[in-house]
Amino acid sequence: MAATTTTPTRIPAGVPQIAVDRVRRPATPGWVGWVTTTDHKRIGVMYLTTAFAFLLIGGVEALLMRSQLAVPKNTLLTPETYNQVVTLHGTTMVFLVVMPVWAGFANYMVPLMIGARDMAFPKLNAFSYWLYAAGAIVFYASLLFTPPEAGWTAYTPLSSGPYIPGNGTDAWIFVIHLTGLSSLLGALNVTVTIANMRAPGMGWGRLPLFCWSLLAQAIMIFLTLPVVAAAVTLLLTDRHFGTCFYDPTCGGSAMLWQHLFWFFGHPEVYIMILPAFGLISEVLPVFARKPIFGYKAIAASSIGIAFLSMLVWAHHMFATPLASVVLAFFMLSSMAIAIPTGVKILNWVATLFHGSIAFRTPLYFAVGFLVLFTLGGITGVILAIYPIDRQLTDTYFVVAHFHFVLVAGSVSAVMAALYYWFPKMTGRALSEPLGKASFWLQFVGFLVTFLVQHSLGLSGMPRRVYTYPADSGWGTDNLVSTIGAFILGVGVLLTVVNVLVSLRRGRRVGPDPWKGNTLEWFTTSPPPPHNFDAIPRVRSVEPMRDIRRAVRERTEAARAG
Amino acid sequence: MKRSAFDRHRAILALPGVAVVALAFAMPAPAWAGALLPERGGSPNADRIASLYEVVLIIAGVVFAGVTIALAIALVRYRERRNPLAAQIRGHTRLEIAWTCAAAVLIVFIAAFSLSKFGAINHPPKAAASPAAATAGVPDGGRGALHIQVTGRQYVWMFSYPNGAFSYEEMVAPVGVTVELDITSVDVAHSWWMPKLGGKLDAVPGYVNHTWFRLERPGVYRGQCAELCGRGHADMVARVRGVSPAAYKAWVTRQKQLIDQANQRAARDRASGRQP
Repeated sequence: MAATTTTPTRIPAGVPQIAVDRVRRPATPGWVGWVTTTDHKRIGVMYLTTAFAFLLIGGVEALLMRSQLAVPKNTLLTPETYNQVVTLHGTTMVFLVVMPVWAGFANYMVPLMIGARDMAFPKLNAFSYWLYAAGAIVFYASLLFTPPEAGWTAYTPLSSGPYIPGNGTDAWIFVIHLTGLSSLLGALNVTVTIANMRAPGMGWGRLPLFCWSLLAQAIMIFLTLPVVAAAVTLLLTDRHFGTCFYDPTCGGSAMLWQHLFWFFGHPEVYIMILPAFGLISEVLPVFARKPIFGYKAIAASSIGIAFLSMLVWAHHMFATPLASVVLAFFMLSSMAIAIPTGVKILNWVATLFHGSIAFRTPLYFAVGFLVLFTLGGITGVILAIYPIDRQLTDTYFVVAHFHFVLVAGSVSAVMAALYYWFPKMTGRALSEPLGKASFWLQFVGFLVTFLVQHSLGLSGMPRRVYTYPADSGWGTDNLVSTIGAFILGVGVLLTVVNVLVSLRRGRRVGPDPWKGNTLEWFTTSPPPPHNFDAIPRVRSVEPMRDIRRAVRERTEAARAG
Repeated sequence: MKRSAFDRHRAILALPGVAVVALAFAMPAPAWAGALLPERGGSPNADRIASLYEVVLIIAGVVFAGVTIALAIALVRYRERRNPLAAQIRGHTRLEIAWTCAAAVLIVFIAAFSLSKFGAINHPPKAAASPAAATAGVPDGGRGALHIQVTGRQYVWMFSYPNGAFSYEEMVAPVGVTVELDITSVDVAHSWWMPKLGGKLDAVPGYVNHTWFRLERPGVYRGQCAELCGRGHADMVARVRGVSPAAYKAWVTRQKQLIDQANQRAARDRASGRQP
């Protein structure tokens, strides 16, 4: 370590470490090239476009629900359709949007950030994407038959018994199997890539924090996705092969499902939010022009959160018959997770202090994330107190809480990532005015939609109800929430428009438009198929800063000379 | 130029606050009660949950305000134009240890404070012999509690009283008497929730869940199923009608008689082969 820090930073000169002009198959043109690709960047782009398409579909489903609930006793959707839309929206957003969108960014960015030429297993990587696509097709094909209607949590016996006609629940089971396998293989690929393919000099202490968060995410995926895969397999055999795992009338337990599902379900929340933490840890230092505050604490707290996340599942079950000691344990473990999360938030705020903050769109979304995610985290601590939880669980308070975490948290970070990395992926910048307008619409729309939902929950409105009576007093808040949802929708659409317009007309940018810290900014925008002509030696957490300084010093020396 | 940019950012920062206040005022006056705090005013356990919530909400509000204000200061004070040169600070171990400990202490305080309140929320007070309860028919001279069984099914709640009477959708309960509920389901999972009478408890088939309430005044309390139980989930409503212990006793006796008469009639009809 000491030896490397004293060596002056320099760009490798002379013969590159790996020859550029190695034999390259001619690129297959058109859609065949995309379908058969094993290039991590193209797979990343396919993940991202598919996930954004499903974001729009899931968003339309959300707006359908909000429209139905805008006024009491509305008849826009039947109870049956409403339950189907509830299930489609939840499952889509979790398994077809947030998980794959992070898989997409991870695919595109991890090899670039660590100075590798591709993922460790390129074919497996393509297979992961196609498993995800297959899951999406199987799930949405159910629209042509009988869509699932047991909610994304598919509680037994509602999902296992004879209570819902049709085979929608089976389509739901298969989307869990297929996307679960996709995520497992993807996480394996990311882990092996990071473990083995880092640039020379990039020790674990110099690994970008986005990669650290993906490692923590991978640990959770390895440990919990097999559990939910097993749980849904048992559900499948209960439904079709006469087993009795979840059926209390023949010796099974309805609670078994809840335990197995939430053992996966809670880490799942962190599977969706940890890459967001990583992204925020990349964006803030770049736009504050200042190193991340407490690199080690942030990396360590990611691992701490991954560990704790597997000890908190029963806080989703505080209203079920559980022993007091179990309730107390899960209350305390759930509260404990606020400590590493709080540490991260304080580190992020401290990163901004004494910085020189450039107000660009990615920073807007990152700051929006900080404000709203903090609020979502705090309501999480309130919900961890189990008698309070018994008043609030399964109400709109909880709906508001997890949308603060997953929409204001994950989706804000996804937006930040999009605005941050779009120039790298396309060579063109997204429009800043459109981006900022999109941010404000999303931010205000989000607050209008979800703040009042806390009140709805507190005043007794359960979640997943297709309507409510006029004398309940919930009409005004629901109308406000619906208006907010449409504002939020317009905000997201504006970003979509921004992407479509900027793809053709966006300002052309060089390799490093933001003055980034990490190695993806070392190569051209968009990067060539082999990513780097030469891989620089990494001497700190911010190799690009070192490189820029070396270039500046050399230019000055040349001028002086 | 510089000045206007500063104002713009300040306006930007103030916006969420303004939105919150505007929203709060947009709500109708009766909604204030349930707007910030859980429902209360039916039973001591609901009141105690609401009081605990109040304390935690204040702590949460202070923490949120602290983080937001620090963030706002950073954004205003350390903008590019005001602070063109960023300090190259990579961390501060003692500060980081200090705030980790502070966060831990705060969490421990909230946990300990909450745990100290749980006894009174979860367990009904040990009843002395109460004339009200004795009137309502609680055995042993009014010691203990009145047990009512709550059974969920798609999409109606059924209530079974100690004397064998039962009712659907509306539970009749005596005021001033501790009522303990044994909650279960015969089909899918439901959740029993009367917001003014305390937290919800799931009705899971194959399990019996327990909660309690003690009505403070007569009246009708409303609630509905809180766990997605199928297409009629939103219509699975319930009421608790609080009446005087004497009125409860009279009602439950009369209900039992009516049920017995109906059963006898049905048995006669079956014996004579007549369709009812």
